[in-house]
Amino acid sequence: MTETALEKLVVVGNGMAPGRMLEELFEKAPGRYAVTIFNAEPRVNYDRIMLSPVLSGEKDYEEIIIHGDGWYIKHGITLYKGHKIVAIDREAKTVTSDHGVTESYDKLVIATGSVPFIIPVPGKDLRGVITYRDLDDVQAMLLAAQSREKAVVIGGGLLGLEAAAGLQARGMDVTVLHVMPTLMERQLDPAAGYLLQKAVEERGIKVLTKANTKRIVGEEKVEGIELEDGRIIPATLVVMAVGIRPNAGLAKEAGLAVNRGIVVDAGMQTSDGNIMALGECAEVGGMVYGLVAPLYEMARIAASHLAGDRRAAFAHSDTPTKLKVTGINLYSVGDFADGDGREEIVLRDATAGIYKRLVLKENRIVGAVLYGDTGDGAWFNDLLNRGTDICEMRDTLIFGQAYQGGSPLDPMAAVAALPDDAEICGCNGVCKGRIVGAITSKGLTSLDDVRAHTKASASCGSCTGLVEQIMSLTLGDSYNPAAVQPMCNCTDLGHDDVRRLIKAKKLKTIPAVMQELEWKTSCGCAKCRPALNYYLVCDWPDEYADDYQSRFINERVHANIQKDGTYSVVPRMWGGVTNSRELRAIADVADKFNVPLVKVTGGQRIDLLGIEKEDLPAVWADLNKAGFVSGQAYAKGLRTVKTCVGSDWCRFGTQNSTGLGIRIEKFMWGSWTPAKLKMAVSGCPRNCAEATCKDIGVICVDSGYEIHFAGAAGLDIKGTEVLGLVKTEDEALEHIVALTQMYREQARYLERIYKWAKRVGLDEIRRQIMGDAEKRKAYFDRFVFSQKFAQVDPWSERVSGKDKHEFRPMATVGFNQAAE
Amino acid sequence: MTTNWTAIGDINDIPLRGARCIRTPTGKIAVFRTAENEVFAIEDHCPHKGGPLSQGIVHGTAVTCPLHNWVISLETGKALGPDEGEVRTIPVKNDNGALYVALESLALAAAE
Repeated sequence: MTETALEKLVVVGNGMAPGRMLEELFEKAPGRYAVTIFNAEPRVNYDRIMLSPVLSGEKDYEEIIIHGDGWYIKHGITLYKGHKIVAIDREAKTVTSDHGVTESYDKLVIATGSVPFIIPVPGKDLRGVITYRDLDDVQAMLLAAQSREKAVVIGGGLLGLEAAAGLQARGMDVTVLHVMPTLMERQLDPAAGYLLQKAVEERGIKVLTKANTKRIVGEEKVEGIELEDGRIIPATLVVMAVGIRPNAGLAKEAGLAVNRGIVVDAGMQTSDGNIMALGECAEVGGMVYGLVAPLYEMARIAASHLAGDRRAAFAHSDTPTKLKVTGINLYSVGDFADGDGREEIVLRDATAGIYKRLVLKENRIVGAVLYGDTGDGAWFNDLLNRGTDICEMRDTLIFGQAYQGGSPLDPMAAVAALPDDAEICGCNGVCKGRIVGAITSKGLTSLDDVRAHTKASASCGSCTGLVEQIMSLTLGDSYNPAAVQPMCNCTDLGHDDVRRLIKAKKLKTIPAVMQELEWKTSCGCAKCRPALNYYLVCDWPDEYADDYQSRFINERVHANIQKDGTYSVVPRMWGGVTNSRELRAIADVADKFNVPLVKVTGGQRIDLLGIEKEDLPAVWADLNKAGFVSGQAYAKGLRTVKTCVGSDWCRFGTQNSTGLGIRIEKFMWGSWTPAKLKMAVSGCPRNCAEATCKDIGVICVDSGYEIHFAGAAGLDIKGTEVLGLVKTEDEALEHIVALTQMYREQARYLERIYKWAKRVGLDEIRRQIMGDAEKRKAYFDRFVFSQKFAQVDPWSERVSGKDKHEFRPMATVGFNQAAE
Repeated sequence: MTTNWTAIGDINDIPLRGARCIRTPTGKIAVFRTAENEVFAIEDHCPHKGGPLSQGIVHGTAVTCPLHNWVISLETGKALGPDEGEVRTIPVKNDNGALYVALESLALAAAE
């Protein structure tokens, strides 16, 4: 019989570590062993790490199965589900299960994992007190969560917080009790623990630190928890997640060497030559492990030995910890306690909620804690595990890999050096190997293809640069990432990337943008700051506080600076229409302030030139009294809407062009745009208002309104393009507003509409504005919303006292004080 | 020679990343406050075409002139980048927020 020829391998335990070991073994030595597995849990091998997403409802059990029944059949494995091994007879080389099954072995692998630690307090055995270890525990929690009552999680470590987040997501009122002063103190230092606690509390989970449980209260069922200080916290569910310990009882009874765990050598061999152990129950080199990466490494070593390769040896490496709670980013690796000969580098950004700390010893990273921005975790971990001397990049190390310019680390080399399992896309959990694999196996050549196939950089996009570097490395010269013109010397990102990332990462202040997008300067420059200010005003009209110090002087003082440092003032004349009273008021201002020059502008209004800065508030006050508001002749925003006299007066006029112009101007004044926006409405195709060289123009015709856009009459001269014809004035307004909003949202700062249109494509703009009513309405609504915050007359605001300092000298010195 | 420190006001009178002017018989002086709360004073007169530097955008320890975008170092008064030119810098003393400038050239000829 062939079966007698096969060696008999018996595995006790069916978790992730033995599962991986068998996979490796079947590859290395197919058909060498007849395998029998005893699993105390009544099911197949599943991904225990993903229990938290099952608890929170982000995944189903079926999605986390690693080996389905078919896998066991395919490999001829006998799997005893729900059989717990109760005895090992090392003499007879047999094991016996609690159901009385006895099986003999040539090689035995013990992989009994760990058991949750139960704190020995009164009431620990009440109904409703559970641990968090396996699927049964998750199902018990889900059942309890249906009540939507109160839950207490004892333990503010990784597992406890994931349990708390899951229960909260299922509708329970959750309190976390943690005996230490800060959360996750084994992985995080106090500062990061504090940030974590804030984030957890913001989700509505209560956290009590330094909370010692005295007893669990209840008759038959749990009713609450009493703390040492006498406080009672009501609860119908108590989850104990205070830690795990290796499950080594079986091995101990069998007389194997057991310390904290089952003692094994670097080849996973126990004190009995026929018995191996691996996983959380094993102790190797004095350490026990609970994270998956070293457990898989043990699996690889054990498989090699079983396949006959005696050289394979387990080596310790630090494994990073990540919290699997959606929306909370933290990363920790290595040893970060203070100590002799240790130094640290710390970066904090309270506004952005970022904390980074690196612990160094002899110029090497020995520990890292990252909170908020964990993008460089993989890189730090790599430096740590390689023992790289960081002397050369010490000054910029904390800012991460992107900051390491210069010779030793050109970015490509750094990416090339990353191991295949280095995580590139944090949003979608895509590692380098998968991206490279997809590129080569599927023949991908474009970024879009890579996004489609791997999802890498498809969510927030912040790893796009990395993904492109990987593409360059994999495809060589055949891949040429489109050269992006950076916004300015403060960043390598172009305007489009910055705009996209502001939205994607919900960045709502200039410091947040600079922090998150890794600005190279501390506070930007005169190029990027006004651009960022505009993007933020545009994207978050209700939330962003306009930063005047990031605006050009004209927009800061609502007037145009002239070559001699004086200013020109232009009041708004709606549609270019005025009257004697307004003209009289302007004349009075001109007299009162000795205005050197009064001139009619190209936009059908009147310019007062040569006004001293100190006089501006008084000039505005007088103009305000006459009913004028700022003409925003200085703004990257709506300037004028020029009109002709239209059907009211002109014998050729087809529509009320003056009325429409005024209506547009009153609707749209105050809005900020990427560059200045000038409009005109002509009452007939004779086009007296010169609408066909404006940013947006309207030519009235008998059948309605022809909307034009993308003209220019400045550095470039360009006739407009036709957007389309609409029938009514209302429609004309809606289309113009929608077009403006599309331009506001997409264009680069200082990019006039004709340049934007050329870049985006006229057809695309027509498709969205003329062809897609839903889109048009959405653009229109967003513009209207933003106007709620934009239509504030800056003149009256200033007259009433806002930032008065701007217009007064700080001090006057040196004039005759001595005489006093 | 001892320095005459003339009080000009409080640091909080100047917006962060902003500037205020002080008037003197020999022209305006621009007093800047950076994002890092450093204070600098320079002549309010761009070496290029005389633009009022106090009206420019302040970034790092530099200001960009509002007229033609020259960038002037607040520390040295020198134009940065390819442009060449220089403005006078005026020593500032920051005594717990109370600001003083040293106006040697004005001499404040009070003693006479």
